[in-house]
This record gives sequence, structure tokens and C-alpha cells, in this order.
Amino acid sequence: MLWKTILIALREIRRNVLRSFLTVLGIVIGVAAVITMVTIGGGATVQVRQQIASMGNNLLMMSPGKRLGPGQSTGSIPFKENDADAIAKEISSIAAVAPVSSQSIMAIFGNQNWTTQVTGTDNHFLKATNRSVKAGRQFSDSELRSGAAVCIIGETVRKKLFGGQGTLGEKIRLQKLSCDVIGLLEEKGQSTMGMDQDDLVVIPLSTFHRRISGNQDVGLIQISVQQGSSTEKAQSDIRRLMRERRHLSASDDDNFNVMDMKEITKMLTGTTQLLTALLSAVAAVSLLVGGIGIMNIMLVSVTERTREIGVRLAIGALENDVLTQFLVEAVVLSSLGGLVGIALATAASFVVARLMQVPYIFNPGINLLSFIFSAAIGVIFGFFPARRAARLDPIDALRHE
Amino acid sequence: MNTGQHLIEFRGVTKVYGERHASMQALRGIDLHIVEGEFVAIMGPSGSGKSTCMNILGCLDTPTSGTYLFRDVDVGQLTRNQRALLRRYYQGFVFQGYNLLNRTSAIENVELPLIYRGAPAHERHEQALRALNTVGLKGWESHTPGELSGGQQQRVAIARAIVTEPAVLLADEPTGNLDTARSREIMELLNSLNIKEGITIIMITHEPDMAAYAKRIIHFRDGLVETDEQNGRTK
Repeated sequence: MLWKTILIALREIRRNVLRSFLTVLGIVIGVAAVITMVTIGGGATVQVRQQIASMGNNLLMMSPGKRLGPGQSTGSIPFKENDADAIAKEISSIAAVAPVSSQSIMAIFGNQNWTTQVTGTDNHFLKATNRSVKAGRQFSDSELRSGAAVCIIGETVRKKLFGGQGTLGEKIRLQKLSCDVIGLLEEKGQSTMGMDQDDLVVIPLSTFHRRISGNQDVGLIQISVQQGSSTEKAQSDIRRLMRERRHLSASDDDNFNVMDMKEITKMLTGTTQLLTALLSAVAAVSLLVGGIGIMNIMLVSVTERTREIGVRLAIGALENDVLTQFLVEAVVLSSLGGLVGIALATAASFVVARLMQVPYIFNPGINLLSFIFSAAIGVIFGFFPARRAARLDPIDALRHE
Repeated sequence: MNTGQHLIEFRGVTKVYGERHASMQALRGIDLHIVEGEFVAIMGPSGSGKSTCMNILGCLDTPTSGTYLFRDVDVGQLTRNQRALLRRYYQGFVFQGYNLLNRTSAIENVELPLIYRGAPAHERHEQALRALNTVGLKGWESHTPGELSGGQQQRVAIARAIVTEPAVLLADEPTGNLDTARSREIMELLNSLNIKEGITIIMITHEPDMAAYAKRIIHFRDGLVETDEQNGRTK
């Protein structure tokens, strides 16, 4: 009987293909949107994790300000270059410490220009962030000390400014600073959170201070811990040292924070996940709207088919038979919408993942959940019209024009 | 066949629509006795109560007072679902407007009541074919109502009504939408069903020509039975 009812429902849907399609469009879009959001969000999260893992688990990052939550911190006293020196000197398990200051600046070569991240630091930066110079050379000590106008550029900057031309020995302009390109960084490849890791120009920190920022502040200190040493231990040692250097009394909170990769991962993926959840919630609203669309059409359908319902009741259909029929119709309709939505989402996720350069990871959970949810919408929003059909008085229904 | 046995009995059946001042008394006390195998035509002007009587006979409506016994079962005591089951197993309906499902083939229309009975597919198909054959529509099984003439549609409707081998066939102006030639064909069909298959038929009509096919003619007027006589001139 149920199978037969499903067949009747399918036949009914086939009779009105266009109307059925328009009815479930809301569900299709809702399901597709939710699945795509979650899939892309999941891909982005995995990608962030992978990249951070590829950087190694021995990295620490220290930034000024108190940590509040994912990606938030209060502004606070910046670091100085000698903070980095102190860490390198005082803490034995450290492999490299690099003070880092950066600013977004337009780089110009000939008639090409490209806005990039100009980073003032020293040679330790390469080691502390797992980078290497693939052509040319690192900074010399005298260049670092004197604040020479030299730079090492990332692959993206090279491509944008020089195209296919030779690069080493050319001069690029950063604001008023004209500097020689002495090196090219090895590509890091993939981007993190839409940030291209090869889009940067590295200059000596003293050059940055003198010619770009005009102060002695250091925005960030990158630290790598020796292989085999505990990052937790290094983290707490650095914390103790920095509290001392910043003259914090026992009752004061830290006004800086030292994050290891676990925390950085949490911070970055936290943002991604929050965004994913938010967008998915917006998409879920369209599922609700889709459900109302189904109810609307089912009510119209009940009115349209009043006579048919009258005939069915007259020839011996029970209230329950009619109720089941309309309920099954609504559920079949919304489930089909769910399936079409899943198909659409798979295609869309695949394409969007390609465009955003995040890995496509099929998430069976959200697909199953969306399908069940769309079927449930059919039950919930189909029930009211179905009950109305079942409760029709056969005499009135048969007389209905 | 239980020819001659009690099928339907009305005892002082009344029906009042609306309440108090706005009320309308459609039936004012009907006594009726119909046995198995009869062919009854119910006639009367509009508003005489014949349609109300038919609705009560078909268990679509219940009397305000009085008793309706169907095979000695008091229909007034049954629930809505029980009355639906009574219709499902013992009654067949033919309407003036055919009331077939659109865009659905003749055979599927005929199978419909069997679906509600839960008959298996092959049995359903066989019985539906046999019923369509009986009404003279062999070869038209896959045609939809839109592809059939009015007379053919009414034949499909009759096939749908008799496919369950009901105790009684209730026909509400079955020839109302048809021309005279087509009407006569339908009446011949009903007549042969009554004679050959022994199906009890109760039919509403306001055309004396059609009523003439019945064995017994009941005239209604103002909610009462005016005359109830055997038809001597049965065609």
C-alpha cells in the first residue's frame, strides 16, 4: 500500500513537472547552499591545518596584546628588537628568533606596480618561518646593521613586477625607498585563508624602521624551537622572560601572548568555522522558506483536487489513506528536492573549491543530514495540507467545481 | 446471490440541514425497503430530497433521526471510518460527472477501489480488465479520460463501480450529461448488469425515459415518498 502510494505520488509529480520543480526550488537551493558552505568551510579548515602542520610543530609566535578570543587581542605596547635578542640569548632551546614588522605597501618596477606586504626582519626570519632563498643571497651583516636598501622578494611579487625578465640586481621602489633585489624566496605554494604566502618583500629590519615605519617597534616575534625540545617549556620560559622585561607585577595579566601552532591553528580554524556556521545558518533559513513553499503548493493542490479527494473518499478511501497519500506526496517531493540539492551542492562545492584553491572533501554527514532534514520538512509542512484533504466532507468535495 | 433478501431499510428517516430558524428539512420521514436484486429509479423535482436520500444511502451522510439499516447493520451507529469501509466493500458509485481521475488510464481508474482494498497487483489487473470487458470497453484500457467520449467515460466509471462486485450500485443521474442515444446505451448496460450479474441498482434520474428501464420507480416530493410502484412497462 505504501509503495503504491509512493508510485501514485511520483506519478502526480511527473504530471506537473514544472510546478513540482518550482515547488521544491527553495529546498533545492537551501540544501545546496548548506552543503556547499559546510563542504567549503571544512576544506578551508583542513587546508589551514595542513599548512600549519607543514610549517612544523616547533614554531611559536609572540604578539603584543592580551589574547581575547579567536583572532582578537587588545592593543598593547609593541616589542623592540632587543626583545628578540634577549630571547635568543636567554633561552637555550631556541633555534631561531626573528623580530618582524610589516606593512602593506605598493611596490613599483618600471611601469608595473603591485601592493604587497613589506616585512622588515633579519636572516633568522627565513629559518623561523621555514623559508629559503632559491636564487641570490640573504642579507649580509653590514646590510642588516646599516639599514641598506636591499630586498628579497617572494615569487608572487616577482611574477607581478618582472614577469619573465631577470630580477636579481634590478631596483624596485617601495614608497620613497628604492632598493636592490638581492634574492628570491622559494615558493611556499598554497595560500592560507586566502592570503598568498609568496606575496611579500623582505627588507632588513633597520631599513624598515628608518625608511618605512619611522619608529623602532617590532610587531611580532617569530620563534622556532630546536627539534626535540619541548615547545611548552620554551613557551613558559619566554613568558617568564617577557613578563620580567615588561615589568609586570605578579597580579598583572600578560600584555603579550605566545602562541604555539596548536593555538594558531585554533585561532585560524576558529575564524573559518565561525564563518562557516554563520553562512550555513543563513542558508538554512532558505530551507525553512522552501518548506513554506511546499506547504503553499500542497494547499493549492488540495483545493485543485478536491473532487478527486471526494471520489477517493466515496469509493472507500479512509481518512488515513488520503492523509498518507498527500503526506507521501509532500515527502517524496521534498526528498527529491533534497537529492537534487545534494547533486547541485556536489557540483558547486567542487567548482568553488577549485576556484578558492581549497581541497574538496566530501562530507557524508552533512549530505545525509540535509537529506533527512529535507524529508522532515516534507512531513512537517505536508501534514497540514494533508490533514485538510483527509478531513474534507465527501459530499462537499464531490460537489466542488 | 441473495436475491430477495433484505438489503436496505429506512425507518422514519429525516434529515435537517442548518439549525433552528435557518433550518431546512430535506427529508421528512422516509420509510423504504429495498431487497437484493432490485433496480430502483428515484425521481422527483429539485429539492424533493432525492439527492439527500442518495447521500444517506451511500453512507456519505447520516440521518438526523430515524434508522438506516444496511444488511441489518445500523449505519447511524457507525463511525466515519466504518462507513468508509462499508462503502469500500459493499457499495459502488456512479456520478453524473463521471469523476474519473484525469490523465490516468482507464484501467488505472478502474483499479483504484481495488488498491484501497489492498488487492495484489495481478489480481487487480485481471479484475479491472474483466470489468472493462463487461462494460464493453475492451481495447480501451490505456486511454485516459481526455481521449474518451462522455459515454465511454461513464462506462469506465461504471466499471470502476462494479469491479469490487458491490452489493449495491448507486447511480446519481448517470445519464445527466449524455445525449439520448448515449443515455440509452448506458441504461441498457445498467439493465444487463442488473439482470445478468444480479447487481442491485439504485438510480436517481429526472428523465422518465430513463426511469422506465427500472423495475421499480419511487417519486419524491417535498421530502416525502409520493409514489412507490413497480414498473409494469419494463423495457
